[in-house]
Amino acid sequence: MEIDPFIFRLSIFILSIFIGYYVVWSVTPSLHTPLMSVTNAISSVIIVGAIIAALAGTSESIFNTSSIFGFIAIILAAINIFGGFLVTQRMLQMYKKKKDKKK
Amino acid sequence: MISANLAAIFYLVSGILFILALRGLSSPDTSRQGNYFGIAGMIIAIVVTFLSIGNFSTSLVYVIIFLVIGGAIGAFIAFKIPMTAMPELVAGFHSLVGLAAVFVAIAAFLNPAAFNLGNVGDIKLASLIEMSIGAAVGAITFSGSIIAFLKLRGIMSGAPITFSGQHILNLILGIGIFVLIFYLCKTQSTNIFWTVIIISFLVGVLLIIPIGGADMPVVISMLNSYSGWAAAGIGFTLENTALIITGALVGSSGAILSYIMCKAMNRSFVSVILGGFGADNSTDDKKEKKDQKPVKSGNAEDAAFLMKNASSVIIVPGYGMAVAQAQHALREMVDKLKKNDIKVTYAIHPVAGRMPGHMNVLLAEANVPYDEVFELEDINNDFANSDVAFVIGANDVTNPVAKTDPKSPIFGMPVLDVEKCKSVLFVKRSLSPGYAGIDNELFYKDNTLMLFADAKKMTEDIVKNLD
Repeated sequence: MEIDPFIFRLSIFILSIFIGYYVVWSVTPSLHTPLMSVTNAISSVIIVGAIIAALAGTSESIFNTSSIFGFIAIILAAINIFGGFLVTQRMLQMYKKKKDKKK
Repeated sequence: MISANLAAIFYLVSGILFILALRGLSSPDTSRQGNYFGIAGMIIAIVVTFLSIGNFSTSLVYVIIFLVIGGAIGAFIAFKIPMTAMPELVAGFHSLVGLAAVFVAIAAFLNPAAFNLGNVGDIKLASLIEMSIGAAVGAITFSGSIIAFLKLRGIMSGAPITFSGQHILNLILGIGIFVLIFYLCKTQSTNIFWTVIIISFLVGVLLIIPIGGADMPVVISMLNSYSGWAAAGIGFTLENTALIITGALVGSSGAILSYIMCKAMNRSFVSVILGGFGADNSTDDKKEKKDQKPVKSGNAEDAAFLMKNASSVIIVPGYGMAVAQAQHALREMVDKLKKNDIKVTYAIHPVAGRMPGHMNVLLAEANVPYDEVFELEDINNDFANSDVAFVIGANDVTNPVAKTDPKSPIFGMPVLDVEKCKSVLFVKRSLSPGYAGIDNELFYKDNTLMLFADAKKMTEDIVKNLD
């Protein structure tokens, strides 16, 4: 009997939860705010779905009801991607050790 | 145009890069590199999507225009936002992820053929379940985050909003969503799909309004987790590994942060969700105000004198420091103390501020080296050997009642042993209780000197007196 591809995706999902569990516990508490902003940025990979929806329009009608939702979702996700990664970068730049200060 | 198999492998690569991005955050040294991994993962995912669709018509131009518009808005926000507004920003960003998930689900529902999910009115059963769960969780994330944003921004009062039958109403709506999804699968009706989304928006609002300001760190972490599960739900619909992996990572990350925050407040997750904390103690509060105990209060001069003659000082920052934007003045004060060979360290309680790690970011912004900043369990034993504890904007996290009075609502919560210091300087605007709504015993201790003023102004005055 063949295995439903859904089961493979479910396996990936569950294994990823475990990876997430161990990786996040090793994050130092002082970086919990950057952790939130970066997880925010990466969860915007949902833009992939938005792009598929937006590009589904035909050349006669680029904007149909379905693709309009895709286009709006692209804007929302793009705000998050750029905003999330850049603000994380900005925060991480500020974390300095004692030694750096004397330079 | 690349094959679906090759695309799947690239999505896996971008998923792995996201794991490495989180892994980098285990230390500030590797964190910046981690962020670049995250950016690389995102670029790969987007480029591969373009290539695998292979549609290079005018639509693509519009896609890129919209991408640039969103990117420009995001970049503008990222550069302009003050560090003290980080909790609102994160809440706001969560709402966008939630709404994007809802919109992608709607797009997939209206045009399933584009996603290989079947045809309108005949969507594959599994896909239909996945997309409605993704849409429902996304909608809850969106409206919940909007409420959290309004509360953090101060547009809406931080006080919990409760009414009778609230939990029963939530339960009914929750069950209602599942029943509707069941009928949606049977009928494929568009109206039911819209109803699911609208009810989910409502649930998001109802879920967050009863939660008070002090529980915000839990709420933000929880919404972070929800945004992940929403992304994973959409990932299953789109059969996209990058989204499934990321959703799982973000979901578990948010869940762990919620757990850490709950533990730091000695509150169960369920009691936070049910809400109402900080409102129900108002009667006890009045009683305590009646038997006002004597308090020693001082001015900046006294504080400067005490600290100048100390050999070690521990600074305990809290939300009040963020509100007063006192972190730069504080740093100036510490520099002066260090010039006099006084050892200065910072003690941070996990729930200080309005989101996990809030204080650390503010201190980092004021150029405080991160190796002078310690977490509760690493520094708590040092209070007994220190001369001065300088409490600025923190309150409940220093209350010794948590260790002594089993009747107190915060009993059992791990607190900083500030009272063990030889003397305690407590910067506060008034004697009013903190968010937990309970009096702080520390105010009335013999070794406590209250400094009644705005945190920033007081710190600046102390700096002047240190010369």
